Amino acid sequence: MERSVSVGQRVDSDRQLVRLLQIGIVLEEVVEARATKHRQSINTTADTTVPDDTTHGNTDNDDNLNTLLIDATKESARHRDQLEKLIDMLDAESIAFDTVETLVETQYGRTELEDFDDVLYDQLCNEETAYKFYDDLLTAIQASDVSFSIDRERLLDVLKRLKAEEAEGVEAVTNLMEQRK
Amino acid sequence: MNTADQYVEAIYLEQQIENGPVSTGVLADRLDISPASANDMIGKLETRGLIDHEKYTGVTLTDKGIARAREALETYCIIERFLTNILAVESFQTEADELEPVIDELVAERLDTIIDRHPDCPDCFDPETDACCYLDIATELSDTNEQRAD
Repeated sequence: MERSVSVGQRVDSDRQLVRLLQIGIVLEEVVEARATKHRQSINTTADTTVPDDTTHGNTDNDDNLNTLLIDATKESARHRDQLEKLIDMLDAESIAFDTVETLVETQYGRTELEDFDDVLYDQLCNEETAYKFYDDLLTAIQASDVSFSIDRERLLDVLKRLKAEEAEGVEAVTNLMEQRK
Repeated sequence: MNTADQYVEAIYLEQQIENGPVSTGVLADRLDISPASANDMIGKLETRGLIDHEKYTGVTLTDKGIARAREALETYCIIERFLTNILAVESFQTEADELEPVIDELVAERLDTIIDRHPDCPDCFDPETDACCYLDIATELSDTNEQRAD
């Protein structure tokens, strides 16, 4: 059975929209689960590091990173909640956080303990990916004339807000990276 | 994924099925577009050095085109695997086709962190069944196709 490829970046049905919103939820869940694991990883590293003169100046950076990860976790949970409300209105189901958390745990078990820069870089990827996802989704919805069984303006408003918050997230991580230089 | 990537991916899969160059008609059928549209894009892909085009024979991917097609196919595999493993979607091929143009490589890479893709990817992809051969459901598809052939 060969497939016929759909050429064009549009969202043409409720079903397609639901799937994309579900992907958005999973992306947010991945961010949430990874940020939590990063915090645990960083704290473990800090606990096993013997303090010396050079570690003294790193305390501020560690605190800033910890705050960044806490904020990222909270923001992702909030975004997930907003996406779930949209999915509810489309009469579909969300993806349980436990499922994604377990998969992230499995993946994490295969990787080495991370350092500060690895965590920052991963966090930047998380924020950039989510931004790109919402940007593409908005473009694909706006390219379609289809009437969804959800208020179009409300849908676009929510997604624009999420995109703007991801842009702020990218900026926050970039600023922290600059401070490290 | 952009349109050019979808074209090179389609050519890559048809080359495997045809075991040689792919005609404009076959490509147009696969992409469900007119031969004129296919011809237009073939010209652009040739200019970008992604394909070689021989009149009356068809198109063949260059090394650069093959590399690009394999990356695109990896993204497609991620979407298929995500739909089957995480969302348990039965019509995963149809839905993967619908989602492919909207899912960026960057997004697919993040989804890839939770789907346990096989190291062989994209060689795992069977152009006949249109699915990764390591998906449980792909075995069933392959069996169904073989029964049809009998």
